[in-house]
Amino acid sequence: MRTIRLLLEKEFRQIFRNKALLPMIFVMPLIQLVVLPLAADYEVKNISISVVDHDHSTYSHKLISSITSSGYFKLIGYTNSYPEAIHLVELDKADLVLEVPSGFEKNLVRENEQKLFIAVNAINGVKASLGGAYLNKIIANFNADIRLQLIQPSRNNATPVIEVVSSNWFNPFMNYKFFIVPGILAILVTMVGGYMCALNIVKEKEIGTIEQINVTPIKKIHFILGKLIPFWIIGIFVFTVGLVVVSRLIYGIVPMGNIVLLYSFLSIYLVALLGFGLLVSTYSETQQQAISVAFFFVMIFILMSGLFTSIDSMPGWAKIIAQLNPVTYFIEVMRMIVLKGSSFKDIKWHFVIVTIFAFVLNGWAILNYKKTT
Amino acid sequence: MVILNNITKTYNKGNTIAVDDVSFSVGKGELFGLIGPDGAGKTSIFRVLTTLLLPDGGSATVDGCDVVIDYKKIRSQVGYMPGKFSLYQDLTVEENLNFFATIFNTTIKENYELIKEIYVQIEPFKNRRAEKLSGGMKQKLALCCALIHKPTVLFLDEPTTGVDAVSRKEFWEMLKRLKEQGITILVSTPYMDEATLCDRIALIQTGKIMSIDTPNNIVKAYSGTLYKIKSDMMNKLSNDLHSYENMLSCYAFGEYLHLSFKNENEHFEKELMNILKEKGHQQIEFERTIPTIEDCFIKLMSSSG
Repeated sequence: MRTIRLLLEKEFRQIFRNKALLPMIFVMPLIQLVVLPLAADYEVKNISISVVDHDHSTYSHKLISSITSSGYFKLIGYTNSYPEAIHLVELDKADLVLEVPSGFEKNLVRENEQKLFIAVNAINGVKASLGGAYLNKIIANFNADIRLQLIQPSRNNATPVIEVVSSNWFNPFMNYKFFIVPGILAILVTMVGGYMCALNIVKEKEIGTIEQINVTPIKKIHFILGKLIPFWIIGIFVFTVGLVVVSRLIYGIVPMGNIVLLYSFLSIYLVALLGFGLLVSTYSETQQQAISVAFFFVMIFILMSGLFTSIDSMPGWAKIIAQLNPVTYFIEVMRMIVLKGSSFKDIKWHFVIVTIFAFVLNGWAILNYKKTT
Repeated sequence: MVILNNITKTYNKGNTIAVDDVSFSVGKGELFGLIGPDGAGKTSIFRVLTTLLLPDGGSATVDGCDVVIDYKKIRSQVGYMPGKFSLYQDLTVEENLNFFATIFNTTIKENYELIKEIYVQIEPFKNRRAEKLSGGMKQKLALCCALIHKPTVLFLDEPTTGVDAVSRKEFWEMLKRLKEQGITILVSTPYMDEATLCDRIALIQTGKIMSIDTPNNIVKAYSGTLYKIKSDMMNKLSNDLHSYENMLSCYAFGEYLHLSFKNENEHFEKELMNILKEKGHQQIEFERTIPTIEDCFIKLMSSSG
C-alpha cells in the first residue's frame, strides 16, 4: 500500500508539472465537447439548387418558392437550359438540378399528370441522398396541395388514403445533439484515457527511468497499478466535467437513467481502456511508436463504434469489428442510460462484455510487460 | 561478492555476440573496473548482473544470489547507476532521492551518513528539477540515489562518460571513500587513464576478456620495450615509420608516437636515426618509455587479432 501511495504521489506530481499535458487532459476535451456537436450535424442545410424553368408559369413559380421557403435549399441558379444548370454542378456551385418542362402548368391542369426531372451531384453522398429526399418530399406536398385545389373534395371522398405519422421516442424533437453529445463524451474519455496511459508508460521506457525502477524491489503489479490508478481517476474526472458542465449546462441533457449505474459501467470500461493503453505501451519503445499505434486503433474505435453511422447498416465483417470494439458498448450504454433511462437489466450483457474486455486486455498487457528481457 | 561463470549473451537470435564466455570474480570491498571501448559488452555484463537481462549461457551470482533465480533479492540489495541518466527529470533533487529511499523501504535520514559527502554538494539545489542540473550534478544525484539503500554491491556503468575532467577526478575520489566503507564497486569505463584507479581491472574487447589483473601487474606483464618518438613533421614521421621494416607497432599517443620493434640489436637505433634524417626529419626526440594500460590494451588487441 505504501509503495502504491508513493507511486501515485509521484505520478500526480509529474502530471501536474507537465505544462503541455495538463491542458490536454482538462481543457481540450471540454472545448471539443462544446465545439464538435455543433459541427457534427446530421441535418443537411444550405443545399444549393439550380432550377431550369422551361415553363415560366404560375405553378412553376409556386413550386420554386415552396422549395426555397423550406429553409433547406438555396436557389443559386435560375437558368433556361439544362447545360447551363449542369455547368453549375460541374463548378461545384450547385448540388441539385431541377428541370421543369415547358407546358408544365398546362399539362398538369389538362392531363392531370406531369413529370419533373431531378439531377443530383452524388460526390457528397449524404448531401445528395438527403437533398434528393427533401426535394421529393417538397414536390409531393406541392402535388397534394394542387390536388386539393383542382379536385372537388366532395367527389374525392371515396379514395382511401393511408397517412403515416411517426412519433420519436426518447428524443421527441429529434434533437441530434441529444444523440451525439453522449457519444462524443464517450469518445473523449476513450481518447484521454487510452493515449495518456500508453504514452506515460512508454515515456518511462524512453527516458530510461524504467531501467532504474526495475532494479528496485518494486513489484510489477505495483508499478502497473501506480500507472493505471491516476488515469482512471482522470478519466472519471473528465467524464464528470463533460456530463455535468457541458451536457447538462450547455446542451441541457439530463440523464434519464441511474447515474450510479452509468458510473459503475464507466469504472469497468476505464479499466478495460487503460488495459488497452498498457498493452500498446508494452509493444512500443518510444512515444512516437506508441502514439502511432494508439492513433491507429482509436481511429478504428471511433469510426466503427456507431457514433456517426449505425452499426446495423454495416456489412457483416464490419459488424464483427464493431462488436470487438469496446467503445461500441460504452456509446450504446451512454445513449441507453442517458436518453432512454435503461436499467441494469437492459445493459447487463454490456457489463459482462466490458468486464471480459477488461480482463483480456489487462491480462495480455501484464503477461507482455516483462521485467527481464 | 560477484562471480561470473562462462556468461554468454547474444542478440539478434544469436547472430551478434555481446558477451562471449566471460568469467571473473570480484571480492568483497574491491573496486573492480571493466575497461574497454564502446560496444565491448560492458553494459551487457552489467545488465546481466543487475538482473535486467537474462544470460543465454553460464551463471552468475551477486552476493551469493543467483541472477536468474534470486533476482528479487538482488534487486533489493544492489545499487545500479545506468550509463544514461535515468532519474525522473521532472522531479526535484530531493523528490528523486526521497522516492528511491522509500521504494527501498528506508529514509534519507537513515542512510544519510553514506551519502552525506556527495549530497552536501547538491543540497543547495535540492528544490531544483533534475533536468535543470549540470552533467556533473546529475551524476552525483544518480550516485546518491543508487546509494540511498546502503547497497552491498554498486554497479556503475560508465559513470564518467561526458563529465568534465574535474568532476571525473572528484567522482573517483568519492568511489575510493565508498570502498573504504566496505561497498563492493564494479565500474565500467572507456577511459584507460581511469583504469589505474581501480584495484583490479578486466580489459574487455568484443565481448571477450583479454586480461584480468591489477593495473600494475597488467603493465608489468607488457613484454618488449616501448619507445616514444617525435619530430618536427609528425604526419610524415608516422608514414615513414610504418614503411620501416623493423617496425612492430606504431601509433599516436599524445604528442608522441609509441613504437615497438621486431628486432632490437645494438645498431637499430642508429639505423633508424639515419633513415629518418635522410627523409628530412629534424628535432627528433627518441627514448624509451614506460608502458601504460592503454599500451597494454593496444598490444592485447593486436595480438588477439
